[in-house]
Amino acid sequence: MPDDRRIAVLGAGMHPWGKWGRNFVEYGLAAAGDALAEAGVAWTDVQYVAGADTIRNGYPGFVAGATFAQALGWTGARVSSAYAACASGAQAINNARAQLLAGLCDVALVVGADTTPKGFFTPVGGDRTDDPDWLRFHLMGATNPTYFALYARRRMELFGATEADFAAVKVKNARHGLENPNARYRKEVTAAEVLESPMVADPLRLLEICATSDGGAALVLSTLEFARRHAGTADLVTIDAVSTVTPRFPQTVIEMPNFSTDSAATAASVGPTFKQSVALAAYEEAGIAPDDVDLAEVYDLSSALELDWYEDIGLCKEGEAERLLRDGDTTIGGRVPVNPSGGLSCFGEAIPAQAIAQVCELVWQLRGQAAGRQVEGARVGITANQGLFGHGSSVIVSR
Amino acid sequence: MSPAKTRLPAIEGWFTLDETAPALLGSKCTTCGNFAFPKETFFCRNPLCQGREFVDTALSRFGRVWSYTDACYQPPKPYVAADPYVPFAIAAVELAAEKMVVMGQVVPGVGVDSLSVGDEVELVLDTLYEDDDHEYVVWKWRPLPAEWSSGQGRAHA
Repeated sequence: MPDDRRIAVLGAGMHPWGKWGRNFVEYGLAAAGDALAEAGVAWTDVQYVAGADTIRNGYPGFVAGATFAQALGWTGARVSSAYAACASGAQAINNARAQLLAGLCDVALVVGADTTPKGFFTPVGGDRTDDPDWLRFHLMGATNPTYFALYARRRMELFGATEADFAAVKVKNARHGLENPNARYRKEVTAAEVLESPMVADPLRLLEICATSDGGAALVLSTLEFARRHAGTADLVTIDAVSTVTPRFPQTVIEMPNFSTDSAATAASVGPTFKQSVALAAYEEAGIAPDDVDLAEVYDLSSALELDWYEDIGLCKEGEAERLLRDGDTTIGGRVPVNPSGGLSCFGEAIPAQAIAQVCELVWQLRGQAAGRQVEGARVGITANQGLFGHGSSVIVSR
Repeated sequence: MSPAKTRLPAIEGWFTLDETAPALLGSKCTTCGNFAFPKETFFCRNPLCQGREFVDTALSRFGRVWSYTDACYQPPKPYVAADPYVPFAIAAVELAAEKMVVMGQVVPGVGVDSLSVGDEVELVLDTLYEDDDHEYVVWKWRPLPAEWSSGQGRAHA
């Protein structure tokens, strides 16, 4: 693809995921420090800081870009802060990319970090009767796993997925994450353990639903020109596409936090579903096809949801995800490993850091630095993720 | 004996309070006819429509289960849970005329084991939570008896 549409990744960094209970800024700084060190770039040389926001840590979280910039030491760098729920990290990457591609800066730092409470994610406080996110908890008791479970049951009904298939996703990802130093859960689990764990939202069990975690991730990005000069090599890891698409009307699949879908009574739903369009836009932008992809990091909020993503990112046709899983295609060593990092299954969700962390994993995989979970010979990877209220997020990284 | 509690909607204007045949109140765009629930009030969400006027419309009272699940753990606030907590099922239901899917709790006593995708269900009102003087009601889905699911139920819609 043309150079004028690509940017380089100079460095990636993460603070290990966990339940550390410290200030989110600390995780962001640790990740930023690692990314800068890996890039060999001084903080004082960064011209643009893109923060991915957290809404659970007060005002500093709403203005994360400035919060991280102040904590690193004010340098006068330009700043942005973005919130798009789980897709916040992709928005921050895209903000930095736009600045780089427009020639407004040479080097940018992207940071996202979060400190999360235990248990179900809950809506922002107060009696907010005009906020669908508040209302779905109040009027229906519909938590996030409620929606994941509706999709899982639908898969079972339409495609014959079984509880054993869902458990097998968890078993695979737990194994993938065993050696990942940034993963929170690094323990092998058996299918029996998954199937004996308590039911949360039928058919999904406790071990199949991602936890809420603390964590931080960062990337140092630059123009290709700067990267070649700085690294003295043409062998760069580059970001070739960032998809931040919204759905198209009528959106006929029920989406968190809504009470209903759009109506298709006046306009038929044609073309790809929203989740399909997320990756499709990325493929089109990068000028590649799903066949070109060597590995993927997808948003496994539940074990079953990972199977939906196989189809939505084009690894197989609709209804074939279970076969792909059973054949071992998506296991490290298989045709197209999915979530070699261990995924959300091993990390839990640190919302604003998560889409950035997916890209960090691809960068390390493409460089051959993913010790203990390396996808051999990987050249092209894709991430897929989706944020509440209609935020698509997909990034294509290549080497 | 304490007097009966007053029944109040848990949210104003989202459904009729007809105890025998309640209905969800959606909106219909007067320009393009698009249905929405909850109601549109500002803009039609059809991108090809400039409509700004909407009429209230009672949505179909019967539909078919698109998918379903349950809440085995007590949802956090602002859900108001009974003490002790009683798990409940939730269904996403396809309305044929409106070509949309609407979620709602399933009536108490009906668990996931007695639900299937495609089952016909009816909208009813039921208590969501109560305080000393009031019962706050909300819409819920109730499966139709099997012998009705051949289409007879639809005749009541």
